[in-house]
Amino acid sequence: MHDTTLLLIEVGALLLAMSALGRLATWLGLSPIPFYLLLGLCFGQGGAVQLGASIEFIQAGSEIGIVLLLALLGLEYTAAELIGGLRTSRRAGLLDAVLNALPGAALALLLGWGPVAAVTLAGVTWVSSSGVISKLIGDLGRLPNRETPVILSVLVMEDLAMAFYLPVLSAIAAGVAFLQGAITVGIAVAMVTVILVVALRYGHLVSRLFPADHYEPLLLGVLGLTMLIAGLAAKASVSAAVGAFLVGIAISGKVAENANQALTPLRDLFAALFFVFFGIVTDSSSLWSMVLPALALAAVTIATKVLTGIYAAHQAGIGPLGRWRTGMSLTPRGEFSIIIAGLAVTSGIVPAALAPLATTYVLITILAGTILARMPDAPWFRARVAHHT
Amino acid sequence: MRASVGSTGRQLPANKEATTRGIPGGAPRKQGMIADVGIRIAKIDLPGIGVRHDLVTEGGHRVSVVSQRNGDRSIGIIDDDDEDTCRASIALSDDEAAALADVLGASVMLSRLTSLSDETTGLYTEQIALPTDSPYLNRPLGDTKARTRTRCSIVAIMRDGTIIPSPTPTDVLRPGDLIVVVGTREGLDGVEKLLANGPG
Repeated sequence: MHDTTLLLIEVGALLLAMSALGRLATWLGLSPIPFYLLLGLCFGQGGAVQLGASIEFIQAGSEIGIVLLLALLGLEYTAAELIGGLRTSRRAGLLDAVLNALPGAALALLLGWGPVAAVTLAGVTWVSSSGVISKLIGDLGRLPNRETPVILSVLVMEDLAMAFYLPVLSAIAAGVAFLQGAITVGIAVAMVTVILVVALRYGHLVSRLFPADHYEPLLLGVLGLTMLIAGLAAKASVSAAVGAFLVGIAISGKVAENANQALTPLRDLFAALFFVFFGIVTDSSSLWSMVLPALALAAVTIATKVLTGIYAAHQAGIGPLGRWRTGMSLTPRGEFSIIIAGLAVTSGIVPAALAPLATTYVLITILAGTILARMPDAPWFRARVAHHT
Repeated sequence: MRASVGSTGRQLPANKEATTRGIPGGAPRKQGMIADVGIRIAKIDLPGIGVRHDLVTEGGHRVSVVSQRNGDRSIGIIDDDDEDTCRASIALSDDEAAALADVLGASVMLSRLTSLSDETTGLYTEQIALPTDSPYLNRPLGDTKARTRTRCSIVAIMRDGTIIPSPTPTDVLRPGDLIVVVGTREGLDGVEKLLANGPG
């Protein structure tokens, strides 16, 4: 009884603080993700305040947060869009993977953290934040721009690649033997492929399981199926996140649209808790020692991301200014980087310092990326680009 | 980059350059009003966000309509100097979008009606007042069989200052109705007689 009272007080105060920070972020034109991470740091090991009763709740909430983040990402894409993206931007996607994953892996090896940390950091630096970027494009009124489909198709490729990367990471982070790991990865790849094909051919049948027009059964049904599949996927060490993503893709049409609306508030709540929780488990005492490596890593991977964007836009026949916009818009990393780092750190197989590194890195790229994305609109920038062409 | 060309809702094989650069007049001629003037609308998917329709005008300006999955929509005007850049993006609410579509549609219909009175086409538009002793008073429009009998189209009914565009055969004719008819000179005379005296 006493515990639940304390839980209400702690969670309530936490949510209020998050709301205030969210407003501050909106006012600054930034994503709230860095603010949630920083708030979490205040409550963590070496932080200012210790949370008591609510920590288990936040932990459970953060698990649901990952599942919902991925499920809604899946709901936003149709299987046809994913296949189409695969067909048209394969080369840009490959370049993106090579250019942006290598610096992360290199830093991990340089710090002597071992191969698992290298694979983890490669993922952290590889994937841009589709959430932050699509919000940014909308806010800057760039949806009608010619480069916008190019940016989005790079994001689609990355998100799709995650469906294969996360099971691999889960397998190696679980420390399974090579043969068993290979089997797990094989299962995951087969599952992802099968679900994509099923979603493409029979998506309407899967969707028929749920009533599109009845809010409550729809909400409970989609949430239930997502959590169930995510749990089963985790049990098969394929990663809960991927299971949720695939459920999202398999559901289509009106059901997907309405489920998206119904689940969005839940996603916002639990995803925010996830970012706070990641902050909490981050050891803030080693935060300062990670600032320099994070800065260096951010500088390199922002440059490689800009290069990726310029290449992709060039392939699509976009002009010089549009190429810069593509590159600079792609620089923020966000939810996926944190999910990847979280997955590895909670398994305990990588050094704990990876969490503060990822936090600082995401913070820097979101801050820098938000500023960089606006830069091509500046008169001096336009004048320079015009001058060079 | 994914782009597919669609005009009047039909999908054509994607031609990236022509689609995105939008060459007016380069479109194949197809049936219907829209194809006749070589309008090309490119449909572009925005994965995770929605769909965009781009229209390049005869003057070379590009206008985009972005329809987001969450129901938001906006109109974008593309910079004439830099065809990749959007100069202005205006968000529209449901009602505003519907109102804008109505205004544009109505103005097109009006100009079509007036252009039809051009002598060379041999087609005329006429407003015929329903005679007070018409046999079709308070009867559905379909009873007149005007199209079959005179080969004329009744395109609108004006009643009490409001307009009923494209009336259906079940719309009932009322005293004081002004009937807007399109047809040949002969046909229009026929409609006038039909409404006054009935068939025969």
